Amino acid sequence: MSQGDERARTVRGSAARLGLMAVPVAFFAVFFAYPVAAIVARGLDVDGAWRFGRIGDVLAQSDMRHVLWFTTWQALASTALTLLIALPGAYVFARFDFPGKQILRAVVTVPFVLPTVVVGTAFLALVGRGGLLDELWGVRLDTTVWAILLAHVFFNYAVVVRTVGGLWAQLDPRQEEAARMLGASRLRAWRQVTLPALAPAVAAAALMVFLFTFTSFGVVQILGGPTFSTLEVEIYRQTSQVFDLSTAAVLTLVQFAAVAAVLAVHAWTVRRRESALRLVDAATTARRPRGAGQWSLLAGVLAVIAVLLVLPPAVLVQRSLGASGFGYYRALTREDGGAFLVPPIEALGNSLQYAVAATGIAVVIGALAATALTRRDAGRFVRGFDALLMLPLGVSAVTVGFGFLIALDEPPLDLRSSWILVPLAQALVGVPFVVRTMLPVLRAVDGRLREAAAVLGASPWRVWREVDLPMVRRALLVAAGFAFAVSLGEFGATVFLARPDNPTLPVAVARLLGRPGDLNYGRAMALSTILMLVCAVALVVLERLRTDRSGEF
Amino acid sequence: MPPSLLSLEGATVRFGGRPVLDDVDLGIAEHEVVCVLGPSGSGKSTLLRAVAGLQPLDAGRVRLDGRDQSGVPAHKREVGLMFQDHQLFPQRDVAGNIAFGPRMRGASRAEQRARVGELLELVGLPDAASRSVAALSGGEQQRVALARALAPRPRLLMLDEPLGQLDRSLRERLVVELRELFGRLGTTVLAVTHDQGEAFALADRVVVMRDGRIAQSGTPLEVWQRPADAFVARFLGFDNVAEASVAGQAADTPWGKVPVPEDAPQGTRTVLVRPAGVRLVPADEGLRCTVTARTFRGTHVAVHLQPEDAPRLEAACALRAAPEVGHAVGVEFDAAEIVVLD
Repeated sequence: MSQGDERARTVRGSAARLGLMAVPVAFFAVFFAYPVAAIVARGLDVDGAWRFGRIGDVLAQSDMRHVLWFTTWQALASTALTLLIALPGAYVFARFDFPGKQILRAVVTVPFVLPTVVVGTAFLALVGRGGLLDELWGVRLDTTVWAILLAHVFFNYAVVVRTVGGLWAQLDPRQEEAARMLGASRLRAWRQVTLPALAPAVAAAALMVFLFTFTSFGVVQILGGPTFSTLEVEIYRQTSQVFDLSTAAVLTLVQFAAVAAVLAVHAWTVRRRESALRLVDAATTARRPRGAGQWSLLAGVLAVIAVLLVLPPAVLVQRSLGASGFGYYRALTREDGGAFLVPPIEALGNSLQYAVAATGIAVVIGALAATALTRRDAGRFVRGFDALLMLPLGVSAVTVGFGFLIALDEPPLDLRSSWILVPLAQALVGVPFVVRTMLPVLRAVDGRLREAAAVLGASPWRVWREVDLPMVRRALLVAAGFAFAVSLGEFGATVFLARPDNPTLPVAVARLLGRPGDLNYGRAMALSTILMLVCAVALVVLERLRTDRSGEF
Repeated sequence: MPPSLLSLEGATVRFGGRPVLDDVDLGIAEHEVVCVLGPSGSGKSTLLRAVAGLQPLDAGRVRLDGRDQSGVPAHKREVGLMFQDHQLFPQRDVAGNIAFGPRMRGASRAEQRARVGELLELVGLPDAASRSVAALSGGEQQRVALARALAPRPRLLMLDEPLGQLDRSLRERLVVELRELFGRLGTTVLAVTHDQGEAFALADRVVVMRDGRIAQSGTPLEVWQRPADAFVARFLGFDNVAEASVAGQAADTPWGKVPVPEDAPQGTRTVLVRPAGVRLVPADEGLRCTVTARTFRGTHVAVHLQPEDAPRLEAACALRAAPEVGHAVGVEFDAAEIVVLD
């Protein structure tokens, strides 16, 4: 009898789990694995025979090796530079209390949700030809790798501040004090006690930054010029300009392998981070800076934020106002018949529609996956799925976009002419953010609360509604906001999928930048400013909602 | 009075303008064990942090061995602090935690190892050196934290709620062990606690704090017998406290006329009636009360009484004599168990 009950319960548990998992798994199989596999097959499968020799051939070409080398070292350099610049910031945000801290936290996060195209454009306006530095001192960085590296720091500053600073704020300061009471100086106490505790978070942040910069597309596309090319940019070039699908397929595989390796390491460090650290409420650990040293550290961090994070977008806005009476903005409303079939401003409407649809898809899929991942009976298979969910962040968006075109073109899945194609691709990038935002909150829900509700007579569904939902509602909204911003800025896949008469904002900006003339340049700046404002508004709303800062983004 | 090892002079700490430590003067002689007793928020932890150098003073000074400590950073004060929740380093094993202090002071590996062995022996965990901190029970963590604090041979050992998180029986055993150990080692100790039993069992001298100020200081017996004021009396668990006007050997209280000792101070005073001084008599004699509750206290029964129009009273009486809840009884008072507070 009791054994039968046991079995019934197990079966019911599995059924529930399968139900939760089925939708995300199907989504990823059809809209991620299938298109990527299709494009790889298109490249490597010639007349029914697999030509894995192509991998060796491509990797033997010196220009391909050069791309691979550049991709790797610029990612390593970007990561190191980001850590170097952002770790003091993480400390300041974690341990100091100062007026305007909340606003500043939002300010440093804005860059992370800015579309790559906007960031590229902003840095072009700052360090490019005719840019601010060029005008002032005749300095141009857009022909050097520094423009790319600085843009990557700009982007990822918030990743380090949030991931490392989030943990740092929750480390009990009394651990360091205990070391000091035992005779360790301030610096030594930090090195002996705090650094080991932070190490997993620093490693996780470094891996995230490496991942984002290793797969960098929009920034390198705009700032790299003909000299610098990452794998992602090269995949785009091979696919859309050289039409060499087999080379593109090989590069996709190489990038996939590298990203999978990085993610495996990431999953491992995340697990280590959850080890025996005792955390305290972040609100109790920050205090006013004391002494000249701490005040100057704060001043230094503020200066870095001003120059590196605030100045580029500010210059972008200033450039967009270059023509008198909002000339560039007014020019956005006119058809010009050249770059577009429609007035560029229509891209704003398209972008918003696509982003709303993508957000809806990402939230449903991501919430189902996160719920499945937090079930106590989640087995190893399910936990493996956790890492898998991150893959879309690392797999070439260009490949996904092009894969959509060649894979989803026949019944029953003939979506080529459907508008849903763009939101589907954007949602793929949004899902990992939704999952990452919701997981920590869902995991933090005390299981005993659910038990208490069950004992009081709530069915599993009611338990979810009464206990889980109120606690994750904010997280869900935050996740939706992130997905929205990410969808709005998605470029790599959208550039393939958006039809010429229906461009999104980033696609329109890139197209304007690709054309000569002051008017096009000015309109690109104006359109970027609009895109930036939309993203910033989304983020400010998020920042108001956000209570828990221990999430990973 | 021997010269103080530690002395605080007008020590003041303010958080956002509110004084948390308010003009505190306190001296501790070498080998003395002093316990600061007070409710949470009374400033006792801040007192320890100020001595340790973790909390800068807004006014006043801290001297150790007569030397002013302002400007001396925490790690150079050579005082030990055992944190409330121990703050053992989770990344290090037991030996790594205990060896931390000697290592910071430049001890060789051999010295560190010897010191770890010595201290683990001392706290009764001789085989725990390589155990992980997370695997220790509450009592074991407490012992390791003590060993870690003692390892660098601090001039002054400070304990913040040393037994706070342990269960009662363990607490009672450990407090005896601590007392014995400090006596044997001759350690100078400044401990803070909110538990009067702990303070009385541990300390040579008890300092009661209230709102950042010292309310009373004295031996455990002195404090217990003559609480300085109504606050201290209530904090020690005495509830039969009331305003009264004392004239001669009688006090006029809400409970009627109450006899007081011969030398009692006169005038408007606060009177404390110990539960043992509340004698139960038949209902038609003395102050008429109704029994509202009775709690078994091991050696006696605490009987809660509600007089007709006066504050509640608590009486201690023998188990056999304790009336049932709801019964009516009379109450008389015993002058020997009544204290007129200054």
